[in-house]
Amino acid sequence: MTLTKAELADLLFDRVGLNKREAKDTVETFFEEIRTALESGDAVKLSGFGNFQLRDKPQRPGRNPKTGEEIPITARRVVTFHASQKLKGMVEQFHAND
Amino acid sequence: MTKSELIARLAERLGERNSQLVFKDAELAVKTILDAMASSLSQGQRIEIRGFGSFDLNYRPPRVGRNPKSGSSVSVPEKYVPHFKAGKELRERVDGALIPDEEVQY
Repeated sequence: MTLTKAELADLLFDRVGLNKREAKDTVETFFEEIRTALESGDAVKLSGFGNFQLRDKPQRPGRNPKTGEEIPITARRVVTFHASQKLKGMVEQFHAND
Repeated sequence: MTKSELIARLAERLGERNSQLVFKDAELAVKTILDAMASSLSQGQRIEIRGFGSFDLNYRPPRVGRNPKSGSSVSVPEKYVPHFKAGKELRERVDGALIPDEEVQY
């Protein structure tokens, strides 16, 4: 019930005609290239699918929910994903009860 | 980085190891992967890529919205929206890049 790298590699084997080893390698490299771009501070725009962007968040006060102790949440850079209009439209059609 | 840049980098990286894999293959591979991911989500099936992240659907209940121009109320039906959660490796590599002097272990 979950799409994983293994299923994506099978699709590349079936539809692109890569051998099993190439298919696995291609899926791995696809995600690695996106990680590398994001790591270097470069946003990734995949038209028709969505954009991966970077947000720098300043330090803010936090709390240990168990002890109530105050600890700062350090400044950090995070990845956000914004689905394209096309993907949003496709997903909106989904109804859990259908 | 755009989709065409991703295709070019993929072709370059894979071409080094295997001359059989040319630009056309990289182009079709990227299209196939993105189409599969989009169609998986649109069928309510989540995506889980280890070290990268997961894509899920978030439910938005029906609500009464307003047309900002006319002020008249409109009912907005329930819907699902895509949601991405970065995986551990991606989170750490992106955050580690913010502090280049610090040693980051993966």
